[in-house]
Amino acid sequence: MSKVGLIIKREYLRRVSKKSFLLLTFLTPFLFAALVFVPLWLSTIKSEKAKQVAIIDTTGKYAPLFENDEDYVFITETEGSLEDYRNNPDKDIFAFISISDDLLTNPGAATVYSTKQIPMGLKNQINKTLSDFLRDEKLDSYNIENLKEIINESRVSFNIKTIKWEEDGSEKSTSAEVASIAGMVLTLIIYMFILMYGSMVMQGVMEEKTNRIVEVIISSVKPFQLMMGKVIGIGLVGLTQMFLWGILTSILVGVSLFFFGGGTSPEELMSGQMAVQNMSQMPAGGSELSLQVHEILNSINFAKLGICFVLFFIGGYMLYSAMFAAIGSALEQQEDAQQFMTPMILIMVFGLYAGIYSMNNPDGPLAVWGSLIPFTSPIVMMVRLPFDVPVWELILSFVLLYATAILIVWLSSKIYRVGILMYGKKPGIKEMIKWLRYK
Amino acid sequence: MNFLETEDVVKQYANHLALNKVSIQVPEGKIFGLLGPNGAGKTTLIRIINRITAPDSGEVRICGRPSGPDDIYQIGYLPEERGLYKKMKVGEQAIYLAQLKGLGYMEARKRLEKWFEKFDIMPWWNKKLEELSKGMQQKIQFIITVIHEPRLLIFDEPFSGFDPVNAELLKKEILELKNAGHTIIFSTHNMASVEEICENIALINTSKVVLSGNVTEIRNSFKTHNYIIRYLADKGTLQPADPLFRILEQNNQSGIIEARIHKQESLTNSELLTALAGQTEILSFSEEIPSMNDIFINTVSASNTLQS
Repeated sequence: MSKVGLIIKREYLRRVSKKSFLLLTFLTPFLFAALVFVPLWLSTIKSEKAKQVAIIDTTGKYAPLFENDEDYVFITETEGSLEDYRNNPDKDIFAFISISDDLLTNPGAATVYSTKQIPMGLKNQINKTLSDFLRDEKLDSYNIENLKEIINESRVSFNIKTIKWEEDGSEKSTSAEVASIAGMVLTLIIYMFILMYGSMVMQGVMEEKTNRIVEVIISSVKPFQLMMGKVIGIGLVGLTQMFLWGILTSILVGVSLFFFGGGTSPEELMSGQMAVQNMSQMPAGGSELSLQVHEILNSINFAKLGICFVLFFIGGYMLYSAMFAAIGSALEQQEDAQQFMTPMILIMVFGLYAGIYSMNNPDGPLAVWGSLIPFTSPIVMMVRLPFDVPVWELILSFVLLYATAILIVWLSSKIYRVGILMYGKKPGIKEMIKWLRYK
Repeated sequence: MNFLETEDVVKQYANHLALNKVSIQVPEGKIFGLLGPNGAGKTTLIRIINRITAPDSGEVRICGRPSGPDDIYQIGYLPEERGLYKKMKVGEQAIYLAQLKGLGYMEARKRLEKWFEKFDIMPWWNKKLEELSKGMQQKIQFIITVIHEPRLLIFDEPFSGFDPVNAELLKKEILELKNAGHTIIFSTHNMASVEEICENIALINTSKVVLSGNVTEIRNSFKTHNYIIRYLADKGTLQPADPLFRILEQNNQSGIIEARIHKQESLTNSELLTALAGQTEILSFSEEIPSMNDIFINTVSASNTLQS
């Protein structure tokens, strides 16, 4: 086995067999799954007992309007007055609605009282019930025949359909929402991975330097081999983790779906979440929506997305981890590390924000430039990918990223060569230039 | 034949000159002592030989030709500040490092087991390095340095951290390595060990070589022509006015006198002994040859006074 191979093997096996790695790798998908399912699950749980709400309605007009549901039971109170209840609180009754006058003429005449904070749900329900009734009453007061029907008919709900023309002229439904979310998730993951594994490279380099083990190894391997072995080994750990997460998450989502019995594919569940978020804009009609989202998700090319993700991860990781290695080699104390990492993290955070802002306009100048400049391209491109980036831009971005990565790896290896063996003094520019030529 | 030579090596650090035209010659198959007080520049020179750092000017030659990047594979280096992976198991780590030095897995394992048996540390094979005492770690570091049997071995303070028993064991191994034909550079402050194992030395003080050559020759050249003799007091006393020697001091310990005398430089030892034997009954006669320790201290302080 070649020396680089040996180093890669050691770096890889040592990290993969660590307890913390195993724990993180196998627990995180559960965490992800929990993030998706716990809110869904919680929303399906009903409160154990419906709360009682007493209505003291002196007009008698409004009390019958309130309909009981799973959360609240409305009782019409005719005997006691509000003051009685205030002085002798009845523990069973959660809230009191007091209506003392015709609300059309005196809108301030209705109040809800409680010893607790009134939940938004209850308030909204009361408002809705009363305003629906009042609107109808008002409409009736105009004395125009069939006005209510006319108004109802005129209320048109509109949601434009987005169709993308394929090269071959066929049509595909697309959804900006689904694409945005997919892009955002990928952006965050690639950002997290590059940062996490890049700083792991730096830690490793510093460990070897502060341990002085590098002085022993240097008589057997070249610094470049040592650096590349480390970078590649740790990168493989990252890919392994990504791969395991992908598999585990899909299994978990599949299993949970089976128990929920709701859908048949993970995509549909994701659409369920979307539906919750877009409840206000989208009209009800579950089956139609689910069908629509299914179609939209099918329009995203997951294989292409996956391959691009891995390729951009590798390029971005090489670029950043080489820089991290160079920084690690130049430092002698862990405390200095944070300080020197800051500029690089700033660049990455800039990429992340560029990605987030690109979401609204994935073909805008910020997005296009961000996805071409190698230092931000792995992050920003992820936002654009689900929106179908022109092939030439994708290729240009790849070429730029990999060319820069190779250049940076070469430069970093020179800095690494000097830095890793330098103790107790800061290398000057002149010294650096000499080292660039020394073999 | 010299295995390694440095010629006029200069290394300037930001605000001090670490090496000032240092030239040393290390003969093949011999143990070479690189001596000098702290901060003299020994470690810098070793790092230059190892190509860890580059000289500003001057040249390092191996077997007569300028050293190149591939020469480091012929060098085994035991740095003064020892370094191994703390969290890695001892055996696994030793095999990994041996493989990096070019041994196959089976060969590495075989050789390591032999060395581990020799140093009696086989039970530690599966322990993590950080669980071992400093001396144990040193042994492992030593084994890793020599495992690939490089032609040149450089030991920087190899005995530090060892108890006398283990230091003796290590010394034996170093001598065995020499007998097997390895060239050894040995950097130390421990002058007793220099006398015992080094054939040649270079003494570096304040960035310059102030003394170099064969150990025996150096010691002889520092001869003071002083002798310690012990004789019986009742068999006559030494003549204070003898033209051949001068009595420096004498003291009587229950009938046996111990005297320190200085002989005329032209006189041989036998002539001196004959002269002495004519005057009294000699119990013992020995020449005062300065220890490396004395030579070290004298030379260093002399060169320091010269400079200031």
